Amino acid sequence: MSATAPEIESAAAARGPLAMEAVELSKDFSLGRRSTLHAVRAVSLGLYCGAVVALVGESGSGKSTVARMLAGQERPTSGTIRLAGQAVDVSTRRAFRAYKSRVQMVFQDPFSSLNPVHTVRYHLDRPVRLHQGRTSRAEVDTEITALLTQVRLTPPDKFVGKYPHELSGGQRQRVAFARALAARPDVLLADEPVSMLDVSIRLEMLSLLDDLRQRLNLALLYITHDIASARYFADEVLVMYAGQIVERGPAEQVTQHPAHPYTQLLVASAPDPDRFGATLRAGGARTEAPEQSAAVTSATGCPFSIRCPLADDHCRAEDPILQRVSESRAAACWRLDAAAPELLTGRQGGGDTN
Amino acid sequence: MTAPNSASWPDPVLAISDFSVAYRTDGGDVQAVNHVDLTVRTGEVVGLAGESGSGKSTLAYGACRLLRAPALITSGSVRYHGRRVQYPAELTQLQPRELQRLRWREIAIVFQSAMNALNPVLSVRDQFVDVIRAHLQVSTADARDRAATLLDLVSIPRARLRSYPHELSGGMRQRVMIAMALATDPEIVIMDEPTTALDVVVQRDILAQVVELKERLGLSILFITHDISLLLELADRIAVMYAGRLVEVGTAEQIQHEPAHPYTRGLLNSFPSLHGPRRSLTGIPGSPPDLLNPPPGCPFLPRCSYGTPDCERIDVSLAPVGSAVDRSHVTACPFVLPGAARPEPAAVPAGPREES
Repeated sequence: MSATAPEIESAAAARGPLAMEAVELSKDFSLGRRSTLHAVRAVSLGLYCGAVVALVGESGSGKSTVARMLAGQERPTSGTIRLAGQAVDVSTRRAFRAYKSRVQMVFQDPFSSLNPVHTVRYHLDRPVRLHQGRTSRAEVDTEITALLTQVRLTPPDKFVGKYPHELSGGQRQRVAFARALAARPDVLLADEPVSMLDVSIRLEMLSLLDDLRQRLNLALLYITHDIASARYFADEVLVMYAGQIVERGPAEQVTQHPAHPYTQLLVASAPDPDRFGATLRAGGARTEAPEQSAAVTSATGCPFSIRCPLADDHCRAEDPILQRVSESRAAACWRLDAAAPELLTGRQGGGDTN
Repeated sequence: MTAPNSASWPDPVLAISDFSVAYRTDGGDVQAVNHVDLTVRTGEVVGLAGESGSGKSTLAYGACRLLRAPALITSGSVRYHGRRVQYPAELTQLQPRELQRLRWREIAIVFQSAMNALNPVLSVRDQFVDVIRAHLQVSTADARDRAATLLDLVSIPRARLRSYPHELSGGMRQRVMIAMALATDPEIVIMDEPTTALDVVVQRDILAQVVELKERLGLSILFITHDISLLLELADRIAVMYAGRLVEVGTAEQIQHEPAHPYTRGLLNSFPSLHGPRRSLTGIPGSPPDLLNPPPGCPFLPRCSYGTPDCERIDVSLAPVGSAVDRSHVTACPFVLPGAARPEPAAVPAGPREES
């Protein structure tokens, strides 16, 4: 398994103090008959107050499992999670609830994450009472109004009595944000918060999230499969493949000069308004995903080697470790010399590449 | 791009004109599709873009007569004229039996969330055989052979014929659905958000496959999506739909470089780009109108950054953008010319990193 993570400075650290940290987090799922799915392998990351860290990867890469572990909903097989320097303990209900007051999660699908038989007020009422300890009706109402205003559901009176089916997808997701904020969390884990929404309102939602991050000094984990949105939204980007972080670094650098062949593939696959028409109609190379998920196994070697054009025997024989590429960047690839030669020259030259 | 034989086949494969669909509700009619004209020519990929609720699926399903009450076709005609049929067929007039003959054989549909459209308790092969035998007079053995060829077409190993849907990945199921739509060699395929639930890498594979199949089989495709960026890469022509109406139709190049309608511009400006300098993105503030009580005049007015009081009174039918005779690029907005400077964006750009 990979050695300790290289000492690199997170691009998100400039924003504020470390709020939450995961060290060498792993999660195995048993598939029966001695077969194990290594859903997450030795993932380390830090979330900083007022900063956005994006976790990018395809479905099945383990990004949601990381979020669930951070949210305390899944117990890691190994590794530690620290919140403000303290190891997280969610073994009792009381401890779990206290933890939930500080770490909240927003889910992908606002159509199923809200209870269809309850009003907006009900969804907010409970967390306000539970996490803020408010009891009087007037106090709770004031708080609910404030929350709805915060997520720009205005005028709030118009929305408190509505049921989820009376709201649009964007409005529902705002209610989900408000519900998460009702706990006054330090950390917000957003699992694909905009991917179920229409493109025309995605930007508005991301800018709302960004606004909340700034005003409330939230440490935000933004999980997405859309690397282009991570470029605009995040400070640091972590790219996940088959349970491992294969590349990390400042958002702009990772998306503009991807080092790992997988990141390069992701960047090349994203539809891009600036080079429309060029690629598809010309017929690009097929990049067939392997039939069997690379995460299931006992197999050694780089999980991406099956799809990687640069893979050699070394890649198939030994797991690559996350190596430091520059002060704030790292990539897990044995063939960086071929994949991103310019980044390596930068490293040997002793300086940051950008 | 034109198919080799389009010159000898002047008729559009599908000509939808003045087509309207309403949903009857207790509160009145919801005009889901409002006087739409759209044609698909032989060998052409036409993209239909719009956000959810804009009526794009209702338009496609309505045109194939797949809608049930309370949906009601209130006006218009849909003419189908394939290369195999001698006379054009008027879909709105056909009897159920005639429709049945046309569907799948001539017009096939890949449904939205096709991933869940497969029958979970039948093997892939059995589902293929069902489809093929329902529409073509062939033996089961021939149908099985055909199923195998179809899987080749979408690059899935033949061994997968024996698989059940849950044993396939999302991308594979999607490909199976596309192969199934092609099972009877249809003239036109309607694809309703065929890649929406998939990852970008898989999505790209499937789109490349669609383009390849179109070239090889001379298909015509009506491709419905909310993601206009896909269409710019894939489609020959693009129709943009908003609140039940087409607001702009043009070639992919025209839509990309000279978008005329403010809504199209908003859509194009909703995508974070990966390459090139970071632009300030605006998106489209607000949400679509309530179709039960549509606002007077232009339905986009409440969200439009170019809006003027005149917009409440304008005629929103499509008019040519350039010269009056060239109808290759039409828009429903008479006020904004392509290339016109955009007023100061009202929305907050989602480019949060400026402060650093």
